[in-house]
Amino acid sequence: MNEVTKIDGIGSSVRRTEDKKFLTGKGRYTDDINRPGQVQAYFLRSDVAHAEIKSIDTKAAQSAPGVVGVFTGSDIAADKVGGPICGWVVPCRDGSSTKEPPHPLLAQGKVRFVGDAVAVVVAETMEQAKSAAELIDVDYNELTPVVDFVNADKGAQIHEEVPNNCYFDWELGDESATNKAIKSAAKVVKLSVRNNRLVPNAMEPRSALAEYDSLDESYTLHTTSQNPHLTRLVLAAFMFAIPESKLRVIAPDVGGGFGSKIYVYIEEAVCVWASKKIGRPVKWTADRTQAFLTDCHGRDHANDVQLALDDNNKIIGLRVDTVCNLGAYLSAFSVVVPTILHGTLLSGQYDIPAIYTNVKGMATNTVNVDAYRGAGRPEATYLLERTMETAAREVGMDPAEFRRINFIPKDAFPYQTQVALQYDIGDYEPHLDKAMEMIDYSNFEKRRAEAAKRGMYRGIGMSSYIEACGLAPSAVVGALGGRVGQWESASVRVNPTGTISVFTGSHSHGQGHATTFAQIVADKLGIPIENVEVIHGDTDKTPFGMGSYGSRSLASGGSAISKAVDKIINKSKKIAAHLLEASEDDIDFKDGKFVVGGTDKEKAFGEIALAAYVPHNYPLETLEPGLEENAFYDPTNFVFPSGTHIAEVEIDPATGVVEVVDWAACDDFGNLVNPMIVEGQVHGGIAQGIGQALLEDAHYDENGQLLTASYMDYCMPRADDLPSFKVGYTNTPCTHNDLGVKGCGEAGAIASPPALINAVIDALSPLGVTDMSMPATPQKVWKAIQESQSVAAE
Amino acid sequence: MEIKDSYELPLSKERVWAALNDEQFLKKSIPWCEKLERCSETELAAEVKLKIGPMSTRFTGNITLSDIDPPNGYTLTGSGKGGIAGAASGSAKVKLIEDKDTLSTTLSYEVSAQVKGKIAQLGSRLIQSTAKKLSKNFFGSFVKQLEDMDKS
Repeated sequence: MNEVTKIDGIGSSVRRTEDKKFLTGKGRYTDDINRPGQVQAYFLRSDVAHAEIKSIDTKAAQSAPGVVGVFTGSDIAADKVGGPICGWVVPCRDGSSTKEPPHPLLAQGKVRFVGDAVAVVVAETMEQAKSAAELIDVDYNELTPVVDFVNADKGAQIHEEVPNNCYFDWELGDESATNKAIKSAAKVVKLSVRNNRLVPNAMEPRSALAEYDSLDESYTLHTTSQNPHLTRLVLAAFMFAIPESKLRVIAPDVGGGFGSKIYVYIEEAVCVWASKKIGRPVKWTADRTQAFLTDCHGRDHANDVQLALDDNNKIIGLRVDTVCNLGAYLSAFSVVVPTILHGTLLSGQYDIPAIYTNVKGMATNTVNVDAYRGAGRPEATYLLERTMETAAREVGMDPAEFRRINFIPKDAFPYQTQVALQYDIGDYEPHLDKAMEMIDYSNFEKRRAEAAKRGMYRGIGMSSYIEACGLAPSAVVGALGGRVGQWESASVRVNPTGTISVFTGSHSHGQGHATTFAQIVADKLGIPIENVEVIHGDTDKTPFGMGSYGSRSLASGGSAISKAVDKIINKSKKIAAHLLEASEDDIDFKDGKFVVGGTDKEKAFGEIALAAYVPHNYPLETLEPGLEENAFYDPTNFVFPSGTHIAEVEIDPATGVVEVVDWAACDDFGNLVNPMIVEGQVHGGIAQGIGQALLEDAHYDENGQLLTASYMDYCMPRADDLPSFKVGYTNTPCTHNDLGVKGCGEAGAIASPPALINAVIDALSPLGVTDMSMPATPQKVWKAIQESQSVAAE
Repeated sequence: MEIKDSYELPLSKERVWAALNDEQFLKKSIPWCEKLERCSETELAAEVKLKIGPMSTRFTGNITLSDIDPPNGYTLTGSGKGGIAGAASGSAKVKLIEDKDTLSTTLSYEVSAQVKGKIAQLGSRLIQSTAKKLSKNFFGSFVKQLEDMDKS
């Protein structure tokens, strides 16, 4: 554990400084911002999943009350505006590359999912825009929709550029070695799992407000983005062909993203375009139905797993064949999620000598699928940890012991996996032991027996996960098909009175960066946290940055801040040496004071800052005035958080309702900067994982209509679905960043679904149940119980 | 979505067939029907007001008659637009089989329907039951009207 250095430094559970505005309802979100002369945009969306557009008649809408403009795909095409781009592609087994069909801002000739934007109506009020949209007559020639992604290759072709509806067919690992291991195995455990499709459901729906200034020919876009600089880059360079300096992107307070606000969507681009066309600020905000229909969904994998074991139940090989649903168009990171962020995680915490995986990414007439909290890693962890549980049962071992004998040993780090990644550090037995202790694993059978007396089935299940966070380094990312850098930036400005303004390239949309980042600076400079202000989310203020996703903010963004602060300290030492008439080498910096070693001569940090800006007594001939430093930090490797989660459930056989009665989470996130914020992240992640495992399921019918498009049909976890979580930590500090930190944002969502489903299966195992798909709804569980009883009766 | 059902009517096949082709008679059998007009031999224009779950909406659309096989049956194919609520389309195969011994006719129907837009997104759980209820209402009241006419 971290030693608490001071009241508000690294390792201290400082209350979140940003919470005052959020808890009092004073957050300033995109939709809260209004500009003079603003008009509202409303998108007419396709209500069919797959069709050719024969004609669009907008005449009646054009002359409807309040309408200032109605535009369709042909207007976008006439202005030669590009569409969203794919930020990462992978090579295919046959040597070709990922197929990248165009994604026009408004449909051109064809619609490809229910929700595809066909036209935009801009009017004085939202009601007028909506009413006018009803007057648009679109004549469709309906085509057969492709909904079942596993058989999408046999369906009607969705894009000219994508034969067999297969965007890519990718592989990783040594196929022949793996197949050989499977052939020679004492036992092969086979399992097919589905990772259910999820709707991200950020509390704040997506929104955009675009404004064009005709005098300096520049745009300002307020938008719900996790990474405003990437949004600016894509809009300026790929869509509008304008200098980036002519577009300012501001992501103010953003109410949750979970991945869904990483990408540039068509709506904000259309608003930018329309703001110039119309000459007035254009605002669009999604209602909840549009969020369900058009936010990129998550997961939606089908995996076939083969795990080969030797006589001693040691794993000798793993083969995973995956088909995944990427939806109607290739979203920005849709390709990397099921490949690089999935295939490379298949070794988990285990020493596996041969691994091979094949992933096919399919096009369907459903909305795009992209990153959602965990992004690829939950899918990898789910299939692996479900297989570990199944294997343990099949060989008759305790699941914990089966994991233990297959863990990568503590002394094997750095450990080179067979799927490209090299884990820098880890130690897996301690978090397994601690989690088992936290949940009182050894006395579980007593609790099971006690529950049985009450007529309840009680079960316990675990999951030992690993994740790779903080995608890095840029050179490797580039070699793997990434089209962006993966560094992070920071600018630390010391103001003349010694207060600090930190400008970070990462973005906070709920994570508490204003507090965590300030703690790093306060700790390193020995100043109160109140003296540190963190600024993010505005391309005109912050240095170019990559934003927040993949649990990268602390490991990459925090490290950049740390590096910039180091530069501040180095320069301050030079100033202090001058002021104290000492050699720079003799200056020590401690607790906010620069001291000449072995003397009582000292200067406070504030005095140095003042001297830098009022350089009356200052070494101007060798040192620039001012005290402001930038750092761009490109990590040398991913960071590898790991942990063990154990779930305990009770199932009521009369109703099939699964109650999560206990939960132990023991995670190794390296050093913790703010344990309270980390715990909050763990809670939130587990809640989302419980949602996936028990409640949530995005379902399209065979015509491509999204049937779960409201909270009446899409079940989100609520407080009464969750137990009180027991949260604990182990710590192997990251070896390659200064702070020794890993990442904690996604861990809960990665670890929890397999732990919970393993617990459900354990509860039902006395009935002979060996599998359960997500979500384990009361109906499904009840049916499994009934079927097992009818089998038993036969 | 598929719905199948049948009714036995104590009437001759010709009698039932005539009613099935009388739009005034049909309209009276559909309480939620606000307009039903014949545009041609095989085409009808319709306006109906429906409540599905939380949505109440007016559908306007066309119905085409095909596979006309007097007096044994036909197929109705229609599509309707419900404005912001979305759209529905579907077909109904109607068959008449006469039992000479009992002098009765069995009317059987097979409906298949699709819905789009908000109706699908918000009301999907309710559509099957709503459609079942509407089909039952229609054919029930169709039969009852015929029987009442027969009595009078």
